Parts: sequence; C-alpha cells; structure tokens
Amino acid sequence: MTPNEIRDVILDILEDIAPDEDLTDLKDDIAFRDQLELDSMDFLDIVMELRKRYRVQIPEEDYPELASMQSTCKYLEPLMKDVAV
Amino acid sequence: MYDTIIIGAGMSGIAAGIRLAYYDQKVCILERHYTIGGLNSFYRLRGRSYDVGLHAVTNFTPKGTKKGPFARLLRQLRFRWEDFALSPQIGSTIAFPGVKLDFGNDLELLLSEIRASFPNQVDGFQAIVDRIVDYDDLSPEDYELSARELLAEHITEPLLIEMLLCPLMWYGNAREDDMDFGQFCIMFRSIFMEGFARPLAGVRLILKNLVRRYRELGGELRLRTGVDQIHVQDGRTTGVILDDGTELEAKRVISSAGWVETMRMCDDIDRVNGRQAGQLSFVESISVLDKKPSELGYDRTILFYNDSEKFHWHRPKDELCDVRTGVICSPNNFLYESDDESQKLPDGIIRITTIADFEGWENLPEEQYRLEKLKWYDRAIASAVRFVPDFRGHVVDTDTFTPATIRRFTWHDNGAVYGAPLKQLDGTTDIENLYVCGTDQGFVGIIGSIISGISIANQYCLRS
Repeated sequence: MTPNEIRDVILDILEDIAPDEDLTDLKDDIAFRDQLELDSMDFLDIVMELRKRYRVQIPEEDYPELASMQSTCKYLEPLMKDVAV
Repeated sequence: MYDTIIIGAGMSGIAAGIRLAYYDQKVCILERHYTIGGLNSFYRLRGRSYDVGLHAVTNFTPKGTKKGPFARLLRQLRFRWEDFALSPQIGSTIAFPGVKLDFGNDLELLLSEIRASFPNQVDGFQAIVDRIVDYDDLSPEDYELSARELLAEHITEPLLIEMLLCPLMWYGNAREDDMDFGQFCIMFRSIFMEGFARPLAGVRLILKNLVRRYRELGGELRLRTGVDQIHVQDGRTTGVILDDGTELEAKRVISSAGWVETMRMCDDIDRVNGRQAGQLSFVESISVLDKKPSELGYDRTILFYNDSEKFHWHRPKDELCDVRTGVICSPNNFLYESDDESQKLPDGIIRITTIADFEGWENLPEEQYRLEKLKWYDRAIASAVRFVPDFRGHVVDTDTFTPATIRRFTWHDNGAVYGAPLKQLDGTTDIENLYVCGTDQGFVGIIGSIISGISIANQYCLRS
C-alpha cells in the first residue's frame, strides 16, 4: 500500500468506529484526540481493526505513534508496504 | 481450546463476548440459568410480558451525543443509536415528607427545584456538579472516599443531602449507609446529568440485540451450563469445570459471577476471606392495572420516596422488608414516540421496590414464603400510596420477586443486587488470566454493566 492508500484505510476505520464524526476536514498533522471525540477505547479499535483487516501487529509500546493521521501513516508505511489493497 | 470463556450471560458478559468475537476470538459464554440477562431479564406470565431488573436505562443521551458511556457503548459495539429504541422519561421525583424535588433528563430542572425549595444551597450544589464533571470513571481516583463527607462539605441542609443520595443509592449503591465517592459520581452523572429512558419493548429488546450481535459474530452461548470450578494451576487458570463434570479449556476466563462467588469457584486454594458479599437486596412487585397511570392522574416515570427526613439504606434487621423507602416506577410514563395507542404498552403497570433481608426470605418454608410475599406486597403498596394516587382498586394481576428470586437468577450471594461493597475496579484477580466484570468490577446499571464488559475485554483480552 502507498501512504495515500493507508490514509484511506485509516479514514475507513475511523468511519466505522465513530460514524457520527465528520471526517471531511480532518487535519493530518493535528492529533486525532484534539479534533475528534475519541477516547482510549477508540484508539484501541484502530489497532484492532488493522490487525483484523490486514494482520498488521502493533505492539502496545507503539500505540503513541498513532496519535495523528500523519504519524499513523508514517508509522504504518513500512509495515504495510507489502499489503495488497 | 477457547481464547476466552465468559461466566454469565448478563449484560456485561454478553458485551465482553461481542468485543472478543468481533475481533475473531473463539469465545464461549456459560450461563447457569435457562435464560439470558442475569439481573435483567424478562418473562411471560398469564399472557402478559414482564420485565425484571430494568426500571429505566440510565446514562441516556440524545442521538448525536459523542460523549458519555452510552455513546461509547454504541461505538464500541458498533450499534446505531436507533438500535436501542430508547424513549426518554416524562419526569421523575424525589419525595420526602413535605418536600418534593422533580428532575428530568436536563440538570436545569433539578437545579431550579433546589433553588425553589433550598434557595441557600444552590451554590453548594453547583460546586458538587463542577467536581463531578471532572471525575474520570475510566481511571478513577479517590473512588472510596465518603460521598456523605463530600456532600457535607458543600451542602449545609441535611435534608437535601438525604434527598440527593436517595435515588443514587437506590440505583446502584452496594455499600450500606454511605456511598463511595466514585460510585456517587458515576450515579450522579448517569441519573441527574444524563437521564432515564426505556425501549417500549423493555429490556428484552436490548438483550436480544446484544445476543443476536454476539451470535452473528460467531460467539458461542451455552444456557443451563453452570460452572462448578475455575481450574487454577500455578497461579493461572486453564479453564473451567462445568456442573456436569465436563472440562473446558481456555486461555483466559472472565467472570461476571461476582467477586466472592468467583473466588469461591477457584479450585486451588481457599481465597474466600476478608471480602464480604453485599447486603442489599430487594423485593419488587409488579401491579398490572386496568387503567393507565395517567388516567389516575399520575405521570411520574420514577418516584423515589422516603417517609422521614433521614434516608435509611441498609439491610432490614428485624423484619423481612423495610418499606420506609421505595421506588415506584411506571413503564407507561415514558415519551414513546408513536401516537398510535396499539404501539403503547397494553396495560397500566406500577412497579414498587423496597429493601429486603435476604436471609429472612431465603429461610422461609414454602407455604409461609407465599404468604409473606402477599403480606409485603400489601405493605409496600400501602407505604407507596402515601406518595402516589391510590391505585389499589385497579389492580388486575400482580407478580413479586424477592431476594430468593434474585439469588436464583443471578447466583449472587445474599441476592445482592449491586454486588459486594468493595469493588475491584481494575477487574484483575490474583490469578494471572482470570478477570471479573459486571457489578463487582464497579459499573452498574444497564449501560454501566455493558461498559464494564467492554472495558475488561479491551484491557486484558485484546491487546496480547
């Protein structure tokens, strides 16, 4: 997957987790927490959905890497480069 | 070999099951009783549908609300707001001698009622609200402080303290006389700041939705399957042994059976010392009326009454019940959307709950048990009609549950509705891969128990 494709995956997951959120104006460089009503339980779901959908394992100490869209895509790029869309 | 075995098919157990099954675990829920729900259940009797447990769903927030336990639950279990089909309450009341405080799903009403009846206590009340807003129920601090002491810091009128505690204790306090600060905050928010609602079809709708989702995700549910022992070896559980001797292996076990009850099932060493089971149990009667409560001039959704200035919250010592305080609930008095009468509840219903002594009820011979049920039905209603219109001439059918019934359905020691007074907030035990969820983890109410199951599943069963 390319970084753009990874971004779409994350958007899709966010839509699933928080269907009431408007994601059209999501800023990639600002923490999810500061623009969406997501709590710690929701962050776990991003990790779990990635595991469920793409078998990507993210160790717990790396969870902070998923703070914003930008940092998430950057972190996932090497892990998901061989994953088919 | 299961990934996770869950003991108990109540709200918390099924919710935990949904989370784990959704993330592809092999999960099995084991329920001793022949039906799901635990404390919250439903049945048919003489052609009518009845609910037990649920008076109202607390923590109700309107569609689109993003914060709070209900919104969190919907996101975590991937439900739509509409799936719970909740209709908000009309309005509720706290009634003490000479003073009534109405409240609804907007804190402003309670605030204006306090302003009218206790004008010099408004600032104190506001200070409490401010403190409660900041309380984080997912990472609780100061949980075990005394709610009475906190209230007394801000409110100088003892009667108002009793009136505020009355509904909060009734709807979720396992401790006698006083209340943990953490539990107080959770209950205050869920009742006074969020509010009451109910699905027209009652608790069965919520339970059926949960179980359907669980099964669709591949979760396994076994009814009439009691767990006799949790097998423990070298500080870890390897699974459970059923009442019929069958062994089931699992990587981990979540128990909603209650703290003491769970510890007692562990088969390695005797752990049941120190911690006490809860003391508070109830008798609740359901009266079916030939008229709607509104036709008798009664529109309250829930009315919490107490017949003296001091609110007594402990197990009755000399009699089977204490009817000085009680809860009167009418499932008719919610704002159901449809104007179509056939879409509303077919009968008028009044439910009355009073505090009861488990041991007294449990030890009655069968014949006397039946007689005492009738006697205390009459006494509870005689006490309640001091606060609501006298509906006794309109009763066409009744049913009553006692602490013995609660024990049979929930397996909780003492039929303790809200479990043990000491909560295990993080859900862990001294056994590495055994966790507790449900009332003894600390969240109560329908939404609270569901959140309890979700959070234990999230914290301990999904991350590895």
